[in-house]
Amino acid sequence: MSVGRRKFLGTISTATIALAGLKVSANENFTGYPERYGMLIDTTQCIGKDCRLCEDACKKRNKLSLDDLDLKDNSVFDKARRTNSNNFTIVNKFINPDNQKDIFVKFQCMQCNEPACASACLVKAFTKTPEGSVIYNKDVCIGCRYCMVACPFYTLAYDYNDAYTPQVRKCTMCFEKIKDGQKPACVEICPKESITFGKREELIELAHQKIRSHPDRYIDRVYGELDVGGTSVLYLAETDFANLGFDTQLGKTPYPEYTRGFLSAVPLVLTIWPVLLVGLYKASQSRELKTTKEIYKDEEGDKK
Amino acid sequence: MNRVIEQQYNNKFKEVLLLGNDWKKYFRSLITPFNVIAALILSIGIPLTVIRFTRGIGAVSNLNDTNPWGFWIGVDVLSGVALAAGGFTIGTAVYLFGMKKYHPILRPAILTGFLGYFFVVVGLCFDLGRPWRLPYPMFVSYGVTSVMFLVGWHVATYLTVQFIEFSPAFFEAFGWRKIRRWAVRLTIGATIAGVILSTLHQSALGALFLISPNKLHPLWYTSYLPVFFFVSAIVGGMTMVIFESTISHKVFRHQIDPVDHLTLKEITFGLGKGASALLFTYFCLKWVGVAHHNNWHYLNTSLGHWFLVEVFGFILAPCLVLFMGFKRMNLTMVRTGAIWTVLGLILNRVNVSIIAMNWQRADRYFPSWMEIMITITVITVGLLVFRFIVNRTPTLYRHPDFLNEPDH
Repeated sequence: MSVGRRKFLGTISTATIALAGLKVSANENFTGYPERYGMLIDTTQCIGKDCRLCEDACKKRNKLSLDDLDLKDNSVFDKARRTNSNNFTIVNKFINPDNQKDIFVKFQCMQCNEPACASACLVKAFTKTPEGSVIYNKDVCIGCRYCMVACPFYTLAYDYNDAYTPQVRKCTMCFEKIKDGQKPACVEICPKESITFGKREELIELAHQKIRSHPDRYIDRVYGELDVGGTSVLYLAETDFANLGFDTQLGKTPYPEYTRGFLSAVPLVLTIWPVLLVGLYKASQSRELKTTKEIYKDEEGDKK
Repeated sequence: MNRVIEQQYNNKFKEVLLLGNDWKKYFRSLITPFNVIAALILSIGIPLTVIRFTRGIGAVSNLNDTNPWGFWIGVDVLSGVALAAGGFTIGTAVYLFGMKKYHPILRPAILTGFLGYFFVVVGLCFDLGRPWRLPYPMFVSYGVTSVMFLVGWHVATYLTVQFIEFSPAFFEAFGWRKIRRWAVRLTIGATIAGVILSTLHQSALGALFLISPNKLHPLWYTSYLPVFFFVSAIVGGMTMVIFESTISHKVFRHQIDPVDHLTLKEITFGLGKGASALLFTYFCLKWVGVAHHNNWHYLNTSLGHWFLVEVFGFILAPCLVLFMGFKRMNLTMVRTGAIWTVLGLILNRVNVSIIAMNWQRADRYFPSWMEIMITITVITVGLLVFRFIVNRTPTLYRHPDFLNEPDH
């Protein structure tokens, strides 16, 4: 009984917060979990052709159908692919415009420090874990797909052909494995060791060290270090990231910031509007009253 | 004794339901050209609905991972909510601004608003992956940092508010004097709540897209999006009321007091004038948006031309038509301007959510015929319900038994 009432009161207070749209957030100065993990992907090391073992390992780990995977078929590189509900990671081929060399880029969820999907979700289905993974809770998702609209990297996918239990599908950097002290499946399988798994802070250190010691091999930029406020997945490349299918114009602002201004205006409307509107109503009423009085006066005047 | 009362209630119910006919006569009266067309639409729409809910969204739509929102969100939800703004607009004018002139169109406007929102939710159920979880943001899990959370809560609350606002019409139809008096006392409170909720969720629908600066074309992406959506929704609501009252006065002519036929003219001109002024404001605001972000250089691109089509062809043009119609006291012109404005509003919502969205991507979206057909089906059912209620409640006329009762 008391639980019921507590739940009811909880709902009422949530209702108030909901209508006010108040942002109940962590400290503004929170710079992210210090111990979070990440992956550093070196696109100069990935061989792509006849490999794609990471795709295979990812599918097996996430129990996805292997029907659309033929590792020997290199024609998949003819067209840039994107992640979908049966492929949480994909390797695409790009061409370095300077030397016409093939460059292979593995792509998956970037595990943002401040994920747009998490801030956009109306049922809080996404969580940025202290380990660095962005995980999804299928048990609360209603399937509005606003997270997919919000994701700046176009990584989220949906089970459009599932009528009863559709889910948003994404890479979680093998969250369950990380929790058990293991590395993500794609990192473990990579024969060229082009993916390094570790603490994000250390990976950034390592990335810059690589750039410093091989200035001829890498351009001086670590993609994901600052983009959209930083991501757990980081990239190194030998040519401008714009040539490799990356959006280099995303800016450094974490995506949740873009809606913060609107949300902070909501309580203002909720507090000021009622007074203003009641005032308007009273004003129109008194105007009406005045006119009746005037009519009465006029009638009095007529009598005289 | 109880049996007698029960009998009386049953008779009253049957009388209201069948419009005073017996079943046979009632069914015969249903065979009309409009109903035949509606039946044809439903005969396609209902099977499509079954396919949607047994084989998934993918079986009927062209939605994909890059374009998760399409025709249903652009037309049913974004345009639907904006065009249903008439309820709160007219309510504000009559009760809060004291513009009593608009009283005759208040009830149909509120009914349009209520059913508009209701069928927005119906349409949304096709688009949601798991529509049966619709109450989750209210009772299960709270994503308070989401603009969508605000939209969900507000639309649900506002639906209730509009139901309260329209409920006196039901109570009059059944002759329930006491409960009507209670409902009527809530009118001012409900109107004020309606304005607050509408301000917030109409603008929130625009704010939804603030999180996609990299996806929405710069000419449409502006920090003013919430303001644009709010202002255009008021215009959309007003012009939709002009459109709806024009049709209602033709279709339900016999229900309407001859005096109201005459006042409708004046009302239409008043609404047209207001809509024209607001449209001009909106037109200027659109340029403020371009200037604020210094996006002039985008105007001479293909999407820039499309932006000019929207701003000149579907904001300024209907604005001028409405203005001329009012100046020349030309009813047809005002009504043309109103429909033009409504189309312009739909175009804007489709531009923001579909055409200018993901503009740099190769994998674009185009709706399937089935998506469009489902939308047409939802609108048709909405019209049928609207007619059903109008025929059975004092919406377009004043109930003779309640003429001397206060309305708020």
